[in-house]
Amino acid sequence: MSEENAARKATNWAKTVSHLNVSEVPEGAMNLNVEGRRLASPIQGFGKMWQKTYQVRIPTERVSAADLIETWKQRFPDFWPEGNSFYGPLTGIAPGEVAVVNMVLPGKMKLSTGVMVLYADEESFTLMTPEGHMFAGWITFSATEVDSHTVAQAQVLMRASDPIFELGLTLGGHKQENVFWQRTLTAVSQHFGHEAQVDTRVVCVDSRRQWRRWRNVWQSSAIRSSIYMLGAPGRALRRGSRSRS
Amino acid sequence: MPEQVMAFDVRNASQATRVIDIKGDITAQSEDVLMDAYGRASDEGVKAVVLNFSTLDYMNSGGIGLLVTLLVRAQRQRQGVLAYGLSDHYRQIFELTRLDEAVHIHDTEAEALAAAGVK
Repeated sequence: MSEENAARKATNWAKTVSHLNVSEVPEGAMNLNVEGRRLASPIQGFGKMWQKTYQVRIPTERVSAADLIETWKQRFPDFWPEGNSFYGPLTGIAPGEVAVVNMVLPGKMKLSTGVMVLYADEESFTLMTPEGHMFAGWITFSATEVDSHTVAQAQVLMRASDPIFELGLTLGGHKQENVFWQRTLTAVSQHFGHEAQVDTRVVCVDSRRQWRRWRNVWQSSAIRSSIYMLGAPGRALRRGSRSRS
Repeated sequence: MPEQVMAFDVRNASQATRVIDIKGDITAQSEDVLMDAYGRASDEGVKAVVLNFSTLDYMNSGGIGLLVTLLVRAQRQRQGVLAYGLSDHYRQIFELTRLDEAVHIHDTEAEALAAAGVK
């Protein structure tokens, strides 16, 4: 193996962890369903397995592939659609970093989950989900230069984590997810002063559901976030009575 | 940018077991070459596919994604997937991504073939 590859191996991948640890939680972030969780690949998920690819083409005169990835890593939360928050490290995306994610689901339900940066190099970076996230899998963001265009891409490889998320994805969740990443890529393109259509390709890699994984529902971030939100008035009252006494 | 390997060798270890020799880098660009090798390995009656990583140079997250896809295809054919020759680094990556829960990892080809039932 070359020295170059040895160096890439050492720095591009996250170090092995058995359970996730959130180092910093910014004020206002709801930090649930990440601390102490294990990562979950599509193998550990419940639902059908999907590969979803979203691409946008930007002229290379506007941005090179390397510069696009550098910017995307540094300003990742800025490109997310409004109402959703990615609380990552201020230094940007780096292997092993854990970020808290707060999202708004249909019905204005707030969901708290997270991701870990599994891999990052100068051409791509990958975020992997913890147990209880709406899907088990990862998202790889990459950029390549093809025919004087920089092709920015987000590719999701996923299974819904549990039967409830599978139902939610079937009843409009997939569509919502498509819109989410289409808006993200549109924002990336607009950042470099270019308006472009997002090309979307969805492939069902495995149409079978892994019924033996139905118990994943016990770790559901949706259920735990909902319970947490229902308890919010009680917590506020307790805080109030403590400060008065 | 490292040169892409054009084809991975496929060896018959027994009537029901094939070995795929992975060479060079595995990235998202390796999809055709890996799936072509799996297609050649996946004859009728094959019950186990053994992945030889001893000449793997580099693998990125796109490569891990390809292995998951290969695993799904093998499970659909009711084939087991085994691996050997992984460096300590990539063993850790298999653990981190929990691929080791579905791919049976061994130190040597002899151990992998024995586990696949090759005598």
